[in-house]
Amino acid sequence: MNPVTSLLVNIGGASQLAGESLVRMFTPPVDGQETLRQLDRIGVGSLNLTNITALFTGMVLALQTSYTLGTFGAKMYIGEIVALSLVRELGPVLTALMVGGRVGSGITAELGSMTVTEQVDALRSMAADPVRKLVVPRLWATLIMLPLLTILADALGIFGGLLISVFQEGLPASFYIQRVFRALTFDDIVMGVTKPVVFAFLIAIIGCYNGLTARGGADGVGRATTNTVYAVAILVLLSDFLVTKLFMSL
Amino acid sequence: MTQEKIIRLADVSKSFAGKAVLREASLEVGRGELLALLGASGSGKSVTLKTINGLICPDSGAIEVLGNPVSEMGEAELVPLRRRVSYLFQGGALFDSMNVFDNVAFPLREHLDLSQQDLAERVRSLLAMVHLEDVEQLQPSELSGGMRKRVAVARALALDPEIILYDEPTTGLDPVTSRAIAGLILDLDRRLDVTSVVVTHDILLVSQVAERVVFLEKGNFIFSGSVAEARRQGPAVVREFFAAGGSDA
Repeated sequence: MNPVTSLLVNIGGASQLAGESLVRMFTPPVDGQETLRQLDRIGVGSLNLTNITALFTGMVLALQTSYTLGTFGAKMYIGEIVALSLVRELGPVLTALMVGGRVGSGITAELGSMTVTEQVDALRSMAADPVRKLVVPRLWATLIMLPLLTILADALGIFGGLLISVFQEGLPASFYIQRVFRALTFDDIVMGVTKPVVFAFLIAIIGCYNGLTARGGADGVGRATTNTVYAVAILVLLSDFLVTKLFMSL
Repeated sequence: MTQEKIIRLADVSKSFAGKAVLREASLEVGRGELLALLGASGSGKSVTLKTINGLICPDSGAIEVLGNPVSEMGEAELVPLRRRVSYLFQGGALFDSMNVFDNVAFPLREHLDLSQQDLAERVRSLLAMVHLEDVEQLQPSELSGGMRKRVAVARALALDPEIILYDEPTTGLDPVTSRAIAGLILDLDRRLDVTSVVVTHDILLVSQVAERVVFLEKGNFIFSGSVAEARRQGPAVVREFFAAGGSDA
């Protein structure tokens, strides 16, 4: 199969899986126990990674901003720039890239090894629906946890900026917080929460699709996992552009 | 008395990436029969088995199982049939994330509304049927190859199937465990009166359990008969297969 045909087949397959999953997400039964297990693995398990990334991103952003704005004597705007950059862009994108790398590849590796060891066929042979059993709990868990992780990451990033503003630039904490709240509008927050929902859907569907279509033993699972990281990174950035463009045109 | 045919494959063909695995293969299996499906590696034995319960859809031909046109049915339509047809996978295909109890309980939870107590009793009796005790809390990774196969058999029996499809049930097992598995297949066949189709390379197993042997060669069934007929009157490739298997049992 040439690369273009292969790409089209994969887009078609992933779209079909997305459609089937959406239907099953809102029709009973939903496996609550498995969804809870995935909430823990996907959400709680990603906390350290996303929190550390957000904290240091906020601190670096504040450092770079203060350096640039300092030349214009405009350091008082650090709060606005850090808050807007994080809530509208960096928080959702960096969290999605971190979670996408960790969770997307984890889902592919798990479902891929289940596929090549015939566990998915075993589910089907016992008249169980693999989409309902395997995909829907992971999709719900990613859709719930990624926005929450992003909100937490935004808060920690802004806190990181506060640390630099207060301890390096000597700005009062209350002044920084006031500038942050003054900068953020309802639309910024809506955009900042909508993006992770889109990213979460893409991460879960790509992770599950590549896992369920893995072939050829450990080597095939390895390739599928790498493909997930690659596809998630590209699609997060592409969809980020499209969502940003959409919000700005509204 | 003519045996009721509950599995029929008529002119079934299946190719993967342009390579023909089954070429207009036809097969019938009677109710209560214990059939061994033999053939060289890559001859399409497992594919045949997977077409019977709809895990693989054929390119052409018709498959009928328990009166259901499997080759024309979608996944949702196959649900009632799959409750009546169990499949024992080559590696057992136990769910890694579940312990033995949950693996065996899986089809029961999925299809029956049993109380916790009834469920536990049913799981214990299924495990006892395959001569396993005190393993409920173990993970599949903690089991030996033979124990995994037996747990997989217990899981396959959970819904009282009418047909059991065994894919290489003794592959990778030592001779003693293989013999125990062969005894188990025979025992289940006699006690539960199920129809069994056993895909295998293991001539000793075939000699011990098979009522009839079919041989798959280049995507088609070239022989059907008893083990004794296969040894004496089968085509050269079948006789050679039995001779190489080395069992005179």
